[in-house]
Amino acid sequence: MKPQKLISIALRSIRRTKLRSTLTALGIIIGVGAVIVMVAIGHGAKSRIEASIKNLGTNMVVITPGAANTGNVSQGAGSFNRLKIEDADKLKRESVQMSDVSPVIMAFGRIRGGNGTNWRCPIYGVDPAYQTIRDWPVAEGQFFDARDLRSRRKVCVLGATVAEQIFGESEALGQEVILRDVPFTVIGVLAAKGQTASGSDQDDLIIAPYTTVQERLAGHQFIAQILGSAASSGDVTAAMAEAKAIMRESHNLSEWEDDDFTVKNQADLADAATGATEVMTILLACIAGISLLVGGIGIMNIMLVSVTERTREIGIRMAIGARPADVLMQFLVEAIVLSVLGGLLGVALGYGGSWLVGKLTGWPTVIDGGTVGLALGFSATVGVFFGWWPARKAAALSPIDALRYE
Amino acid sequence: MAADVIRIRGLTKTYVMGTNEVHALAGIDLTITQGEMVAVMGASGSGKSTMMNMIGCLDKPTAGGYELDGERVEIMDRNQLADLRNRRIGFVFQGFNLLARTSALENVELPLMYDRGARKRDLRTAATAALARVGLADRAHHLPNELSGGQQQRVAIARALVTEPALLLADEPTGNLDSRTSVEVLALFQELNDQGLTVVMVTHEENIAHYAKRIVELRDGLIVRDEPVTPRGNAAADLAAIDARRKGTA
Repeated sequence: MKPQKLISIALRSIRRTKLRSTLTALGIIIGVGAVIVMVAIGHGAKSRIEASIKNLGTNMVVITPGAANTGNVSQGAGSFNRLKIEDADKLKRESVQMSDVSPVIMAFGRIRGGNGTNWRCPIYGVDPAYQTIRDWPVAEGQFFDARDLRSRRKVCVLGATVAEQIFGESEALGQEVILRDVPFTVIGVLAAKGQTASGSDQDDLIIAPYTTVQERLAGHQFIAQILGSAASSGDVTAAMAEAKAIMRESHNLSEWEDDDFTVKNQADLADAATGATEVMTILLACIAGISLLVGGIGIMNIMLVSVTERTREIGIRMAIGARPADVLMQFLVEAIVLSVLGGLLGVALGYGGSWLVGKLTGWPTVIDGGTVGLALGFSATVGVFFGWWPARKAAALSPIDALRYE
Repeated sequence: MAADVIRIRGLTKTYVMGTNEVHALAGIDLTITQGEMVAVMGASGSGKSTMMNMIGCLDKPTAGGYELDGERVEIMDRNQLADLRNRRIGFVFQGFNLLARTSALENVELPLMYDRGARKRDLRTAATAALARVGLADRAHHLPNELSGGQQQRVAIARALVTEPALLLADEPTGNLDSRTSVEVLALFQELNDQGLTVVMVTHEENIAHYAKRIVELRDGLIVRDEPVTPRGNAAADLAAIDARRKGTA
């Protein structure tokens, strides 16, 4: 029998039981729609992360303490962190690939403004080069300089959020903020950088000379990270290799010892971040895929009912010369047509749903053709897979039994 | 001498029901030649339905041989049997067995769709011709539920004829019809038989059987009577008589 004839027979039989077919296809419709919406959200998140990481600067090199695991032995955090100011100094002195290097010392604490306002945020102790590395202009005032660093002056630069919280509309420059009982003079306010891809506020911080922070606030020798900036984004790999060599020398590591630090760049961070969203996307798609599977089982169920109901029709067709393969094809094509129709409606639902999610939540959603094709292909496969058994059942009927069936 | 359409030798069918063996057919010999019109009779349980299924290639015998139109049936597989039913046999059933919600024309086209030899390229023309042969050309686009019982049975006969089979096989073709319509269908059978078509019909009504040329009666899986019909009824004449009587009473 010709394929177009088979399809028209299938369509007629589906039309005959409109409500039942619609309800059956609903599983596939929702499944395909869900896959498309989920993947669209995932892709949207990924593209947003990629964009914001590009915004961070791609030639930044980040050195953090310790590898994630040293052998199988977990070591205490303090003993683990061996990053010191001397490492940063050595990098600054010896590196040819990196144009700027800055240590980052972290401190936390209560911040009070002169007028009694309170706030809590991280305090970063850094080198003046930090501003260049992060490419972070000031909105008002100025960044501290090498002289402030050397003389350990109690000056600070406020992130836009902190300035807003402590001083509101009033002038911040020249005012005093008290960081853990130590008064600092505000000499600048940074331009707002906005949120990171993961949603944390980059402007919620105070920056001060690392010398001052180490002496007055941190009270320990170790530093959170060292930031460096390769001369250009093309030099990042070379800069990382160089930084690694210098760090190993600085820490007197022998050949058989593992690194006790990690060198990363923004591309790695980007990979990690996009990797995480990719995992999330796959996870969401899997959950949506399960609903497709359930939809397929629904189709199988209704096809089994249909075969039983139409046993007599099968008998007639066999009596007038339908081969078992003809009967098999008839029911298989019907299952496929049902699931592909469901898939098409599901694609429409997916587009509508993605648009709605984007509209309601403001998340960017990106639908790519591959996903749509995949979802459609998958729904057809579901039709074949779950239509096969009922169709086999129909084809295996004996003509006399089928004819006598009441 | 006309060719043998059906040649049955020692045909046996045994059903196993639990521990009992039921001999539905206990070794039957039967030859039907081209142009015959045979009525198969017998009470229920006599084996006539089983024999019908064998002749119709719907079932396989336990033992014995069956040649249809010169081809050995008992050695065929399911696909060959399907093709044989498609090309050599036209079925007419008691319950008409038309596909619901499918027009008369499409019902008649159906066997041609399963014809792998694709002997007929133009299904529509062939189906229309078959419908015209049973006098239903004007009902081609009616659905079965829009047709009377007699018309439905004639659509079924058209469907049986469309592949130009060697044998028309009718299983209680008048079982669901009133007496006038029954005679009408038999008149059509006689007309087709006069054109050379071999007809085998199962019936338990003596007054239907007497329109055939030969009666074969079964009991307990064996043939107990096999004789020519004399005098043979003329269904067309009887139909005219019924209509005349009705007109008279009306």
